[in-house]
Amino acid sequence: MVLNDDKLQSLRDTAVKIRETIIETLIEAGSGHSAGPMGMADVFTAFYFHILNHDPKKPDWPDRDRLILSNGHICPVLYVTLAYSGYFPMEELKTLRKLNSRLQGHPHRKSPPGIETTSGPLGSGLSQAIGMALAARLDKAKYRIYCLTSDGEHDEGNTWEAIMFAGKNKLSNLTVVIDRNNIQIDGFTENVMPLEPLKQKYESFGWQVLEIDGHNFNAIIDAVNEAKAIHEKPTVIIAHTIPGKGVSFMENDYLWHGKPPTREEGEKALKELRTLQGKIESEHQ
Amino acid sequence: MLNPKAKLNPKLFDADVEARPIRDGYGEGLVVAGEKNPNVVVLCADLTESTRSEAFAKKFPERFFEVGVAEQNMVTIASGLGIAGKIPFVSSYATFSPGRNWEQIRTTVTYNDSNVKIAGHHSGISVGPDGATHQAIEDIATMRVLANMKVFVPCDAIEARKATLAAAQIVGPVYVRLAREKSAVITTEDTPYSPGKAEVFWESDKPEVAVVACGQLVYQSLLAAKELEKDGIDVVVLNNQSVKPMDEAGLINAAKSCGAVVTVEEHQVAGGMGSAVAELLARKFPVPMEFVGMQDVYGESGKPNELIEKYGMGVKDIKEAVKKVISRK
Repeated sequence: MVLNDDKLQSLRDTAVKIRETIIETLIEAGSGHSAGPMGMADVFTAFYFHILNHDPKKPDWPDRDRLILSNGHICPVLYVTLAYSGYFPMEELKTLRKLNSRLQGHPHRKSPPGIETTSGPLGSGLSQAIGMALAARLDKAKYRIYCLTSDGEHDEGNTWEAIMFAGKNKLSNLTVVIDRNNIQIDGFTENVMPLEPLKQKYESFGWQVLEIDGHNFNAIIDAVNEAKAIHEKPTVIIAHTIPGKGVSFMENDYLWHGKPPTREEGEKALKELRTLQGKIESEHQ
Repeated sequence: MLNPKAKLNPKLFDADVEARPIRDGYGEGLVVAGEKNPNVVVLCADLTESTRSEAFAKKFPERFFEVGVAEQNMVTIASGLGIAGKIPFVSSYATFSPGRNWEQIRTTVTYNDSNVKIAGHHSGISVGPDGATHQAIEDIATMRVLANMKVFVPCDAIEARKATLAAAQIVGPVYVRLAREKSAVITTEDTPYSPGKAEVFWESDKPEVAVVACGQLVYQSLLAAKELEKDGIDVVVLNNQSVKPMDEAGLINAAKSCGAVVTVEEHQVAGGMGSAVAELLARKFPVPMEFVGMQDVYGESGKPNELIEKYGMGVKDIKEAVKKVISRK
């Protein structure tokens, strides 16, 4: 099902806004990760503004779809997207990483509303998503569980234990999205610890594997729909993304994995985002 | 004398006192908890029989999950189940769970406030011939240090069943410490039990020392108390099964009435139950203390009773610690 032009444009516009706000939030916070949040802005937009069955006014609604962010360090994109969705006021984004804030440096469950679990230490999100998928199956509940992971956290043994278990138990109500941006803190994933052939690895563990361009809304939504239609096995969507997407000097540079922009760099980044990397002249502020 | 209000096993001091593995009580408790509450689920890491999860698995196969030899995955799956409204119990040997998966427990269970129950089997050196790799002697320390974790160390199979049922009813993370080998059945169905309470099992009119014990060494402590009585030394023995939350009032009272304390546990003395008692008494009512337990060493293969003797946690050692602490008063 192809999105109509208006819907597609609306998602694109939202993703640009989310990227701008991520930069503003990181400047204000003075620490945090840049590349991952920028790279996953399109995936988060697709989930919270099209895919998820959720109600920001009722964050504890029992039948909601669950989105588990396993690589908690990219939480700026989660917080910003939740705020745009209406889970909490936009103003609160300014408190990220500050004392007495609900927006912890790595997400903590229910702090703020919309956070399904605590994450940050890598490799434990998929197992938690599996636990929720098992509970949904026991309860004969219809909600779906989505787990967003990074490529780097596939270095963790816990991740592979979880992949084995989900394959064995044919957890078709579980869909995993891997942010395949090829970078981690120490460098490129294939230098730090090669993951390829990632698709074949998952397939051999009993998963359905889809590979997409993680910046193409139609592709993201189609892949999730395909995952919903498969009842025999869990699905993993390998989303190829550009770390730092939208800001030329951040894109594909692993040095931007774990640092925020300075105020000067941030202003430069915002200018690029507001002019769509120079494609339009006037800045929409 | 044995405290009549504790309603202990009347055959406690008989040579043929009934002996059962403490872990059996866990298995029985799981089945009862499963009958009472359909949300109780059990996970195991390739040790279903040994951890006594088998009866539950047979009775409630749809609520039992075999995760294979993957303790990190087991506890993180349990975290997700707990968040989604289930009451998961995870079982393995304590060196592996909560040993190998400690960070997962910290992040996804206690900090995350997921309603997970962790059963650590094969605790202490009385595990015996398997040797030091399988003898958990650090688990009380590593669990009680976690904020939002409760720690129960039942003294026999009957109390283990009660502790398992209590864990199922408590909302929040709980660690239950269990042992492998048969040990004396000390309590009865009628023995008072509640989390946060240390029952007096042995009482005296004018006690000189409070012996504070947990786990299977409560039995050795009672044997020591009986022998000490013959030597003209009066003590009380407390079953300090609830290491966290601890019975602060009960322990302070014991320290006040006795003026000296000996703690007894099959665990490293650093960070264990005795340390928790010392932390309390240092603040509230400091008295001389001695610590019976593992003295910064590892165990080895051997028979349980040989090991308890070699590593200084037997009746003789408890008596010596009592006499030593009296000399320091």
